[in-house]
Amino acid sequence: MTESEEHTVQTDGNKAYPGMWNPPSIYYNKYTKWAIYALISLFVIWSVLDLQISLDRFIVGLGAGNKLLSEMLPPTATSRQVDLIVSGLIESFAMANVSTVIGILISLPVAFMASENLAPKPVYYVGRGIISVSRAFHELVIAIIAVVALGFGPLAGVVALVFNTVGFYAKLLAEEIEDMDEGQVEAIRATGASPAQVLIYGVIPQVVPRIVGLSVYRWDINIRKSTIVGIVGAGGIGITLLNAFNRYDYDFGITILLVIVAIVMVGEGVSSYVRGRVN
Amino acid sequence: MHKITDLSKTYPGGEEALKNVSTTISGNEIVAMIGPSGAGKSTFVRCVNRLTEPTSGTVTLDGVEITSLSKKDLRSARRDIGMVFQEYNLIERLTVMENVLSGRLGYVSNLAAFRRKFPEEDVRQARRTLDRVGLLDHENDRVDELSGGQRQRVGIARAILQNPKIILADEPTSSLDPETSRNVLDLLTEIASDQDIPVLINIHELDLALEYADRLIGLNSGEVVFKGPPSDFDESVEGTIYRGEEPGRAADSKGQDAGTGDQILTSIRE
Amino acid sequence: MAEELSELFGADWHVHNRRTRILRFAALLITAVLLLASWQALGVRYDYVVSAPTYLHDLFSRMFPPDGGYTGEIIAPLIETVHIAILGTMLAIIMALPVAFISAYNTTPNSVTYVLGKFIISFSRSVNVIIWALFFVIIFGPGALAGVVSIAVRSIGFTAKLLSEATEEIDFGQVEAINATGAGPFLILVYAIVPQVKPAFVSIATYRWDINVRAASVLGLVGAGGIGVELQTSVNSYAWGSVLTIMIAILGVVIVSELVSAYFRKKVS
Repeated sequence: MTESEEHTVQTDGNKAYPGMWNPPSIYYNKYTKWAIYALISLFVIWSVLDLQISLDRFIVGLGAGNKLLSEMLPPTATSRQVDLIVSGLIESFAMANVSTVIGILISLPVAFMASENLAPKPVYYVGRGIISVSRAFHELVIAIIAVVALGFGPLAGVVALVFNTVGFYAKLLAEEIEDMDEGQVEAIRATGASPAQVLIYGVIPQVVPRIVGLSVYRWDINIRKSTIVGIVGAGGIGITLLNAFNRYDYDFGITILLVIVAIVMVGEGVSSYVRGRVN
Repeated sequence: MHKITDLSKTYPGGEEALKNVSTTISGNEIVAMIGPSGAGKSTFVRCVNRLTEPTSGTVTLDGVEITSLSKKDLRSARRDIGMVFQEYNLIERLTVMENVLSGRLGYVSNLAAFRRKFPEEDVRQARRTLDRVGLLDHENDRVDELSGGQRQRVGIARAILQNPKIILADEPTSSLDPETSRNVLDLLTEIASDQDIPVLINIHELDLALEYADRLIGLNSGEVVFKGPPSDFDESVEGTIYRGEEPGRAADSKGQDAGTGDQILTSIRE
Repeated sequence: MAEELSELFGADWHVHNRRTRILRFAALLITAVLLLASWQALGVRYDYVVSAPTYLHDLFSRMFPPDGGYTGEIIAPLIETVHIAILGTMLAIIMALPVAFISAYNTTPNSVTYVLGKFIISFSRSVNVIIWALFFVIIFGPGALAGVVSIAVRSIGFTAKLLSEATEEIDFGQVEAINATGAGPFLILVYAIVPQVKPAFVSIATYRWDINVRAASVLGLVGAGGIGVELQTSVNSYAWGSVLTIMIAILGVVIVSELVSAYFRKKVS
């Protein structure tokens, strides 16, 4: 873009320039800004008072923390406890795998339903509704319900994780679909291809690379979640951890925890590697 | 009066970007560094304010030896060196006014700058300068809403606000179309004469260099191969600078030394 | 002529070369085997799977209609949940800023701080917020304090990681320009780095806030405050109508918080 302008040499002495300037602000005016700050401060103070947070509770806590640390170390486990850990881990890992696959399979149609550029309006709202409800609840809330309905064990855990996966996966996938290059789709349509072919040749190739990355990402997340749904009885190593803590078996507890951290890190490593290769 | 003596830069990989380049810059002259890509023009300009650290040699600004200053003193010295960049390097999300005032950052306290409370005199000068570069109406526009030419003028305004003793310009017109480039160079020329400060420009558009410079320095592979006013520039000089030919060789001689083959390769590398 | 042409240009064409096809096949095979092995390992009985929808439907019909009268009792715990989420997130953001600073390769002072930053992030992210809650309940006793600290500690890693990635992606030319005016390191931070990182910062903060609101709702299950306690009690006493009430309340809080987040994100983009 070119500008044409006159270059006249200015004599500064004749013009007076105001010396007052205020930086731009996102707030309507000064008063709204201070009002918002005041509100936030009041809310924080209210929270602190309501929760009865005080310095001496904190200090007492540090002492208790010290004591806890000494009881946790060194991490130990009898051979029976090792068996518990191994079986719990296998169950968690298996739960993560199964629920990721089932969750993705269910997410695929939901994602297409929830894409503004592909789905008709009523279908779009239904899809978005499913995603919102599924995303609203923490997996433990769903796990509790699942345990009540289906009994203790990994089935409840799988159901909870699948429910949780669908909201996450479908939302991100729908965003990818909405972000895709319409030009490529248009070009395929212009060749006279049928709607299914447009999907296969125009939409899917753009979306598939992301699907792989997204799937591994969610698998990694499900590995983490599968280790804790056991706390409400939905299978996996979570229950072992809870029991150890409830029984004050802290040295066993720390062992379990370290194993959980290890498996989480392995999952993360695999996830980073695959996502790095795919991109 | 600013002196640059035997400036050299060798990169860790062994590449010798500058080899003993010297020059003196004074008054309100426009000095243009010209040469092929990769000749070391940008490196040279950036070594003057030590954005790139020279391997050896000295840079003296009005008696102050820039190259031997500590980090803290270097910061103070940089206030006296204004710089204009090829990609403008403005803070895109901030307004024009904030960018121009950022030229005064070396002079205000941390707290004042954080709260954007600049002295009135600075604000006045900012407005005066914006008016001068024709952007007073855009004072509160976000920089990313401006065109390339407008952005470069904001960059120049920022440099002026520093009240510098010299202005460095690293390919200030490479991202602009020919007409806008001329406007920017006109502006720099006026400022040099008004503020009575020299401007050192790294420029690869030869026609613009010949038109605007008071003095040319031709670099090839890190070495000075020509120094003189544009009136001394002719085809054989062009051959020396851009094709590494021996000085004085007539342009219609197509023969090339073995050496020039390397020099051409060096210049294509970038 | 046509025959010679078709010999020159073979009709054999595949999208991927042989090596890629083998790799993709292997990956699919591994996934399928893993899936089957996992399904076996779970030892889920097929009759349970088949009857699952019936049981779920049964439970839902018992949950409906929600117990309206119970709403009064859960207002205070709901507010406590929100308090926990806010305090925990704010605390985390404050602590995450320096950690993000030392974890970005372009702003970290030296390699020791870089490694330290990465370690803090990794450690904080590897432990689930509920597990942190188990610890902090032991340390601080049951109640919201443990909840706030758990959320804060877990969120530091998440926030700092994304913030450091945003910092690494800034345009360094802008930093150079401010450096060239003679500004000190603090001003370089304020003028050249912060404006570039601000949109990402708001996006990250609101993202983590959304997650924390949900996490705060279940901390009570391990005694760290919030509405989780009421949820557990209702379930234990088979008060399904109350359970549905709680879930609707949680849904409401989540929706409001997402609207607020969206508002802030729009304001700063």
